[in-house]
Amino acid sequence: MTAAVETAQTTTIHGDRVSLLRVLGPAHVWALGVGIVLVGEFTGWNFSADKGGALAALIVCWVVGLLYTSVAMIDSEVTSTVAAAGGQYAQAKHIVGPLMAFNVALFLVFAYTMLEVSDAILLGDTIVAKAGVEGLTHNSFIAATIVVLAWLNYRGVLMTLNVNFVITAIAYVSIVILFFSVSPWTQGAVLKLNELVTPANALPYGWIGVIAAFQFGIWYYLGIEGTTQAAEEVRSPARSLPYGTMAGMITLLIAAAMTWYVCASLMPWEYLGITYYPLWDAGKLTGSPLLENLLFIATLLAALASANGCINDAARAWFSLGRDRYLPSWFSAVHPKYRTPYRSILFLLPIALAFAFIADLNQAITFSILSGVLQYTFMSINIMMFRKKWPLGSIRRGYTHPFHPLPAIVLFCLCMVTFFAIFLGFGSQLIAMTVFYFLISLWFHFYRYKFVRRGDQFSMPWPKPQGY
Amino acid sequence: MWMGLSYVCWGISVVLAAWMLYDWFKVDTTYSEETLTSSREGELEAVSEKHRI
Repeated sequence: MTAAVETAQTTTIHGDRVSLLRVLGPAHVWALGVGIVLVGEFTGWNFSADKGGALAALIVCWVVGLLYTSVAMIDSEVTSTVAAAGGQYAQAKHIVGPLMAFNVALFLVFAYTMLEVSDAILLGDTIVAKAGVEGLTHNSFIAATIVVLAWLNYRGVLMTLNVNFVITAIAYVSIVILFFSVSPWTQGAVLKLNELVTPANALPYGWIGVIAAFQFGIWYYLGIEGTTQAAEEVRSPARSLPYGTMAGMITLLIAAAMTWYVCASLMPWEYLGITYYPLWDAGKLTGSPLLENLLFIATLLAALASANGCINDAARAWFSLGRDRYLPSWFSAVHPKYRTPYRSILFLLPIALAFAFIADLNQAITFSILSGVLQYTFMSINIMMFRKKWPLGSIRRGYTHPFHPLPAIVLFCLCMVTFFAIFLGFGSQLIAMTVFYFLISLWFHFYRYKFVRRGDQFSMPWPKPQGY
Repeated sequence: MWMGLSYVCWGISVVLAAWMLYDWFKVDTTYSEETLTSSREGELEAVSEKHRI
């Protein structure tokens, strides 16, 4: 009770102002990041096997893991300093400039809203597949997923991420249970990796198949950078954000490796690359009804956790745009009782519903991945500028990532490879999105920016950057 | 059972959406726009951490 009162006092320290509540800890940051991502182990990553074979799926698991480890390290350093809602948007605003920030915020909103849509479609389709009832459609399940989770987000961030922690943990534990249930230390009893992945079929399309597999390899970890959106709601951003993000990344690397090993040892790559439910199918193939039902429920929980985190993050990015008047300030309202960006949550709700009802899963996933990779490309440039403008020792950092500039260079190079992979599979969508961001940038530069209060948007009490 | 669950999902969606719309209306008519949009970025950072090396 005392702690709750103290928290309330610190958030109303500026008189009558209504701000977001600082109530979260490192476990909530972990739940937000891993919750958004874990659905990628239950569906998505396996399409990389279709592009390049089972071995390509393993290669991208590690190489894309390197990409995301760079993302997590870079993000942890910058966000432990720029602790504001909006995450990478606030980083871009302070380090690069307003036009970049506007674009980054749109990348965030698109990436998370489209991922939320994909999660809801997945959940609906999974229930329909399980039911096998004539005339049953996924629409009601999609609507319930999006509306119930929006309601949860509307009612407060603490309960939202407590729920996310529990359901993410259950989904994660189900992967661990599956892994140990199939005697991973023994080949031939249940697992047949040496029969299913042979030198003849390991890379059926050669190394170009490995490059093409990057597009869906992103799904192993897509969204871990979402932890930064909680920056304004964690009690100790400089400690909790790096800790939660890095712990989340380690968790996901382990889950990705276990998932690949079990699935590639139970299914031929031709099937693994096209199924929508690799882990649920793996549960079925063990012959255990208990595992089958556990993995079915875990698939639903993973989709729920991901959609829940996405609503949280997209709303905060949209809210931040409103607060800086990059969009109408109407969106920057905070609920006086629940202390959530309630108008942003409500505004994005019908948009997600509309896309979920009219878009198909592949389109939604591709738009989400594209926006995510655009954001990671920005992050590699952002950290170079950050270290140059504010070198070590000039401002206090909660975390300093090692080996700079190596992670930034690795990140940039892997993003370029991923763009090429996306171009191979979805070239027209890539071009359409690039044109969209170009046009919206023109609108922002020539029309919207005149409404922005230029002095107010740079809020961090930093010294002048070097060279200025 | 599954068809029944589907109808329950529609029902829950409608009820919760209506509740959020009602609450939105109530909040917007109870508090001033100035109060609702009074949040500012970085203020806590400025007060609690001050960025001293």
